Amino acid sequence: MTNGDRKRMQDLILVERFPHIFCPGCGNGVVLKATYEAISTMDREFVFLGGIGCSARIATYFRGDVIRGAHGRALPIATGIKSIRPDVDVIVFTGDGDASAIGGNHLIHSARRNLDVTVVCVNNFVYGMTGGQVAPTTPKGKKTSTTPEGNEERPFDISKLVLAAGASYVARWTVLQFKPLVRSIRRGIETKGFSFIEVLSPCPVGFGRRNDMSIEELWAMYRDLSRGEEIEIGEISRRGET
Amino acid sequence: MFLSGNEACVEGAILAGCRFFAGYPITPSTEIAEGMARRLPEVNGVYMQMEDEIASIFSVIGASIAGAKAMTATSGPGFSLMQEGISLAVMAEIPLVIVNVQRSGPSTGQPTLPSQQEIMQSRWGRHGDGESITLYPNSPQECLDFTVEAFNLAERYRVPVILLSDAVIAHMRENVCLRDFHIVERGEVEDGIEPMGELGSGLRIDGVSLDETGFPKSVNPEGHRKHISKITNKIEKNRSKIIKFEKRCIEGCEYLIISTGIASRVCYYVQRRLIEEGMKVGLFRPITIFPFPWEELSKVGEEVEKAFVVEMNTGQMFHMVRESLDEVELIPEYSGKIPDPNAIINKIKTSVR
Repeated sequence: MTNGDRKRMQDLILVERFPHIFCPGCGNGVVLKATYEAISTMDREFVFLGGIGCSARIATYFRGDVIRGAHGRALPIATGIKSIRPDVDVIVFTGDGDASAIGGNHLIHSARRNLDVTVVCVNNFVYGMTGGQVAPTTPKGKKTSTTPEGNEERPFDISKLVLAAGASYVARWTVLQFKPLVRSIRRGIETKGFSFIEVLSPCPVGFGRRNDMSIEELWAMYRDLSRGEEIEIGEISRRGET
Repeated sequence: MFLSGNEACVEGAILAGCRFFAGYPITPSTEIAEGMARRLPEVNGVYMQMEDEIASIFSVIGASIAGAKAMTATSGPGFSLMQEGISLAVMAEIPLVIVNVQRSGPSTGQPTLPSQQEIMQSRWGRHGDGESITLYPNSPQECLDFTVEAFNLAERYRVPVILLSDAVIAHMRENVCLRDFHIVERGEVEDGIEPMGELGSGLRIDGVSLDETGFPKSVNPEGHRKHISKITNKIEKNRSKIIKFEKRCIEGCEYLIISTGIASRVCYYVQRRLIEEGMKVGLFRPITIFPFPWEELSKVGEEVEKAFVVEMNTGQMFHMVRESLDEVELIPEYSGKIPDPNAIINKIKTSVR
């Protein structure tokens, strides 16, 4: 079912809207491209959902049905859509704040219900759209506009949280790991049940700048993260049937 | 059928074609969720119990977008949590129905006792402009009739419709008759209102301001002004078709009682007693609280010496009545008890002496 003719980018993406709004050095463009690659050979009907935040804007570059509601609420909207139209494939674009702070309750309960959607969660460790405030994912000690002396709180491991709550498929990659990311998004769509793909992605303006990191230094941090020594990287759970 | 107000809401929703309900248990609305959980599977509908009222309203929005008539039911604290979703439904013109069974607040207050504390919140609780519709029945029969009407209005005007109820109407049982209702289906919109698209048609639904192609445009003064006018005027322009009210013995009345919901049932008795004692007392009951029947009330009140607003709060509908009439006195009851008819009678008599 996934071996249809490869659709061109202009068939699936509003290329006429480029250049996109994402800042130089941001990973959201990579996630957009990876999602295009994943679905370009799939002969299915997609509904693209987003909450609020930079990553939610990824949804708006797709052709077809694009539905965005309020901050953190994409998953309840998806619950309603899938209840009535289980035949459509829902891809939700969300960020770490959208998914695990304001939408945290919806996230764990959607995973518990094993809601049949694919969530692409762009984790940049910070609130990007509002200018770089501390998030539930900000590493301890890192500076943000609301933790000028460094974050004193422990961060969430969102993938492990979602796994513990019952998700079928959980994977985590950095934006530097393009091909595995594409494969995981495709596998997430094919998995029956809740699929969660966390993408670690740099925010040079909100995160790098506050921590005196150049774009090069920030991307070097993501090269290190890709090795999976600090945070587990890869397919964390494949317990769902496809 | 001998039904409670809450049971009547369930039957009304099923009759109207509701096929999705999402909710969270809260007294005194819970029987609606329980009833929908039992009834929806019988008509191939879906019941979802969500993690909170925020999730409830947003999944109702999702179901409506997917083409189903959808509803939730809640009470005071839950209704406050739903305001965020109602705002999106107003902005994106998503039809849905919310039953709010009022209890006595603020906060948890007296969860099993009635009030009329959300008269204003039903219209002004959310952030931003744009109109919605609020209906307020005063009997189980009307709970059924106006639940059907709420779905019809939601579809015709593409708005969230709030059906206010209260702990007494919700739980009292009366005879309820089924009728042949006219049912408005998805897409049967009022002239000038664009029908809602279906999934697969390239829907662009967003809480943020959109340009004419449906792409987000968060700095969009011209387009935004146009959109706000649209979601306000569609109700304003059609208000004469939407508004409902009841008039009792208003011919030549010198005094007027204005009341709605369970308080109006008490006022029926108050009015009868005062008329028996020789006073010329009329009664005006707004049924659509929003849009409020200003003009109709002004007309009724033209020759009236004094009007009395009886409501179960410290004064909410009172302010709207004051915009229609000159001589208005508030008779409030905010203890959680139903107003005592003898106390109202004494107050009116003292006031007009």
